[in-house]
Amino acid sequence: MAAKVITVTSGKGGVGKTTTVANLAAALAAEGQRVVCIDLDIGLRNLDVVLGLENRIVYDLVHVVEGSCRLRQAMIKDKRVPELYLIPAAQTRDKSAVTPEDMVRICNQLRADFDFVFLDCPAGIEAGFRNALAPSDLVLVVTNPEVAAVRDADRIIGLVEAEQKGPAQLILNRVRYAMVERGEMLSTEDVLDILAIELIGVVPEDAAVITAGNLGSPASLDKELLVGQAYRDIAARLLGRDVPFLSLKPKTWLEKLGTFLNGGNTQ
Amino acid sequence: MTDLIAVKGIQEGLLVTLPSGAWADLEPVLYARMQEEDQFFRGARIILQVGKRELKAADLGRLRDKLGDLKINLTAVLSEARLTQQAAKALGLQTQLAKTPARIAAAAAAKLEPGLTMAALMHQTLRSGRTINHAGHVVVIGDVNPGAEILAGGSVVVWGRLYGVVHAGAAGDVEATVCALDLSPQQLRIGKLITTSPVRRGQPEPEMAHVRDGQIVAERWVPKDKFKRLA
Repeated sequence: MAAKVITVTSGKGGVGKTTTVANLAAALAAEGQRVVCIDLDIGLRNLDVVLGLENRIVYDLVHVVEGSCRLRQAMIKDKRVPELYLIPAAQTRDKSAVTPEDMVRICNQLRADFDFVFLDCPAGIEAGFRNALAPSDLVLVVTNPEVAAVRDADRIIGLVEAEQKGPAQLILNRVRYAMVERGEMLSTEDVLDILAIELIGVVPEDAAVITAGNLGSPASLDKELLVGQAYRDIAARLLGRDVPFLSLKPKTWLEKLGTFLNGGNTQ
Repeated sequence: MTDLIAVKGIQEGLLVTLPSGAWADLEPVLYARMQEEDQFFRGARIILQVGKRELKAADLGRLRDKLGDLKINLTAVLSEARLTQQAAKALGLQTQLAKTPARIAAAAAAKLEPGLTMAALMHQTLRSGRTINHAGHVVVIGDVNPGAEILAGGSVVVWGRLYGVVHAGAAGDVEATVCALDLSPQQLRIGKLITTSPVRRGQPEPEMAHVRDGQIVAERWVPKDKFKRLA
């Protein structure tokens, strides 16, 4: 089986690319998939922190590219799930240390032994973006329901189409149900109206994601969290399952009581 | 020798015609020229006219791969030589261009009838960051998203939502108009005049903007009264 190389990108910074990569990779690995994540934000690495693997880094992506270590040596294994690996970015270099050809070569080496390769793309549309796009089989565009983030996502989708790597799919991150209800935040429909690409997931805003990132433990591994369920649903869709979209509407006290009496089963 | 390679834009892409000479000499020259002008050729579809040359699939395949690295697509090879045609077919390249209906072809060759001017058609949504510059009119079937830009010498017609920046009559033609199904541009310019969109209330309607008394005004398109039409 050949791995699917998935690029997670956004254009704008701070919309949740790294968090998305960490959560989707962990959710897929928890399902028994063999997953590698590669952090392409060379010079500003974060994925190692979010995955809680930073103190185990010996070799990084630039070492692999320069041939000072073997690919396997740079792969840090996550011990919480069966088959999840991270190839961290170098913190001391910049994007020019890696070329698109290097990335195609590395991803091709990984294809044979894994099911999914996630590329965590840096913000922007420069060298780092081109490195992340070159080997990609599927592009996931992460955006927030904000005008500025949607504008950048639109630009990115156009660039992906121009490189014939489309059609990209959309993850709408950090949606606040109450604000959408009050008409203070763009709704999913508003965003899709402009971007006109397929939606693969809607993720609610949840402070637990920040806590989980600080602790280095992806929220998608926490069965209790709605936001974790949102990530697990996207992972299931990546596996080709038809999963209905979550209702982000908060439960009323009556529904909560029902769930409680039902022994915690939401059905 | 690079100047002898003729490049002409046609409907199907760029028609590249090789001069007389050996393939082995011309091929590197052709490649060098495309490499030099890669800004121009990048993303283009190339129709290569090789005349009576007999070329093998390996020759054409090598060229196609090299051009592919430059993000140039070799789509067709035109030749009178059977061997070359077969080689091109084996590689999945076209060997003739789709026949244009005779009447259309004649119209393209002839001068435009009085009252007609040329327009460029874009059948695609323009996303943020995309720019179209055209000396004539521009017609877009699709949306023009915020952050996209159209600069036209003539008028602009958008069958879709116009949310980007549009400049009609960019060379100073104040007769130019801008029409869209949803005319809500970030900025609308006709000639030297500039305006922004007022805040829309209710459903969008098809509108046309034009210059009247030195000001840009937008007017709704209203269907004629049904009974009047029957009369």
